[in-house]
Amino acid sequence: MDMKVTKKKLGLKERYALMTRDLDWETTYQPKDKVFPYVEYEGIKIHDWNKWEDPFRLTMDAYWKYQAEKEKKLYAIIDAFAQNNGHLGVTDARYINTLKLFLNGISPLEYMAHRGFAHVGRQFPGVGTRVACLMQSLDEIRHAQTQIHSMSNYNKYYNGFHSFPHMIQRVWYMSVPRSFFDDAVSSGPFEFMVSIGFSFEYVLTNLLFVPFVSGAAYNGDLGAMTFGFSAQSDEARHMTLGLECIKFMLEQDPANVPIVQRWIDKWTWRGYRVLTLVGMMMDYMLPKRVMSWKEAWEVYFEQSGGALFKDLERYGIRPPKWLDQIAFDKDHISHQAWATFYQYAGVSNFHGWIPTEEEMDWLSAKYPDSFDKWYRPRLEYWRDQAAKGERFNNTTLPMLCQTCQIPMVFTEPGDPGQICYRESEYKAYKYHFCSDGCKEIFDNEPEKYIQSWLPVHQIYQGNCFNPGVDPTVEGFNPIAAVMDYYNLQNGRDNGDFEGSEDQKNFAEWRGAATKN
Amino acid sequence: MSVVFIVFQANDTSRPLVEAIEKDNPHAQVEEQPGMIKINAEGRLVLKRETVEQILDREFDLQELHLSLITLAGNIDETDDEFTISWAR
Repeated sequence: MDMKVTKKKLGLKERYALMTRDLDWETTYQPKDKVFPYVEYEGIKIHDWNKWEDPFRLTMDAYWKYQAEKEKKLYAIIDAFAQNNGHLGVTDARYINTLKLFLNGISPLEYMAHRGFAHVGRQFPGVGTRVACLMQSLDEIRHAQTQIHSMSNYNKYYNGFHSFPHMIQRVWYMSVPRSFFDDAVSSGPFEFMVSIGFSFEYVLTNLLFVPFVSGAAYNGDLGAMTFGFSAQSDEARHMTLGLECIKFMLEQDPANVPIVQRWIDKWTWRGYRVLTLVGMMMDYMLPKRVMSWKEAWEVYFEQSGGALFKDLERYGIRPPKWLDQIAFDKDHISHQAWATFYQYAGVSNFHGWIPTEEEMDWLSAKYPDSFDKWYRPRLEYWRDQAAKGERFNNTTLPMLCQTCQIPMVFTEPGDPGQICYRESEYKAYKYHFCSDGCKEIFDNEPEKYIQSWLPVHQIYQGNCFNPGVDPTVEGFNPIAAVMDYYNLQNGRDNGDFEGSEDQKNFAEWRGAATKN
Repeated sequence: MSVVFIVFQANDTSRPLVEAIEKDNPHAQVEEQPGMIKINAEGRLVLKRETVEQILDREFDLQELHLSLITLAGNIDETDDEFTISWAR
């Protein structure tokens, strides 16, 4: 593609200055603090907004030009993929389950990010920041839309894609990504920039949209590859915006340093916890694997995060807390997460399975210090039980962490044989946590986290049944009633991949595509 | 010195950019992965407009890199002539 280069009369820096900074105006009939009411209460002190440097000097006119071009390319590929029955070219129908997780658990977050940036963009007195937030807000709605459009093609053929706006609000494990975003959008504008700009963009999406999406490409999914990389090209701007905001706060006043440090600690841990889902997608749900979760973590977090933390040292910032535990856990969390979803496959919106022998060998090779010792025996046991007709389904609802909302499945730092439990007391109630990180985050802001909408508590309180359902009638089946509330169809959307309608249809259609 | 990197989609739009980076950054290492190309370099990476223009034999606006960019690590500095990633500021 050749884009026409128009000879510009001004250099990039002057153009950027004119088309962003020059858009600002002084308010006359309202004082500044009334116009920007949220900018001070977090305690961040800003003395000179003009010191803000937007690293990508993208002006609105150039933004539209390049985004339009990206959209044209993306939709051409999505159309071609759909027109050519591209879904039948994926490695194995198990792969499609990653997209169910994506559409239900990630795409609605893109929409929330759109709303969040529209909101905080309005709240910053600095015009460079406002323009960058406006662009990010537009990017995020684009990501939500392109993901929905791309995956709607799968919804025509496969189960579990049919009601994502509904499921993000209701399905038990969706409260993990949703509460992450609710936490972010309900904080002040500066903390939001750290939570999304740094944690979500730099820590989380770099792993989701780069190694995982490269994995989608490896598994034959052109649609996901294209929406993923197209989104991530915007994320490159978003990461630099988040990091710029962090540096700007640190440079403006030394009193900002401890506040920013606490946010970096908190949001690294929050982002890391949500990433457990991506770890599981990479190690268990991609039939063809590019790299293990652990390898991806080492490249995209330990290396590039490490370089970033080193860069921030000069402002008095130290690396985030709990990195020792994070480093130890990279051998464990993806296995612990998949085991959980296997046990609860009966109540989720995608299928569960036991990895094949060959896949288990791959996991052994990638995780020599943990897989054979701690995780393979359990998977083999479940496989043998299932072969005897005794597939293990966990029918007890798990205890959830008050902060990250993940079931208590993680283990003690340094001891994979012991589940980790922590608790705090606040106003005569006891609250439970999966880790020191989640406990400390709660202890810093208890009034926020006592409000957590924990799915298990809500089910037991009777808040997860459809209107009109009477739990007191004879023979009432609470699990079936909760499934109705989730809009999950038992026997189609859930359970084992083996014997599922998705498996059967894919085999039949692929057969029809390769034979007469 | 920390490593900086830039990742492009593996397609025709990015090919001249990768070529220009290789030419102007002899210390850079190019890693090919499914659907993407990752370029790692100690300390600093620069993409020069002039080099891309020589390869393409046409005028080139460095902001066109947004069309095939996937991600990057490092602090960036952008002018009309050079796009630089480094851990210095």
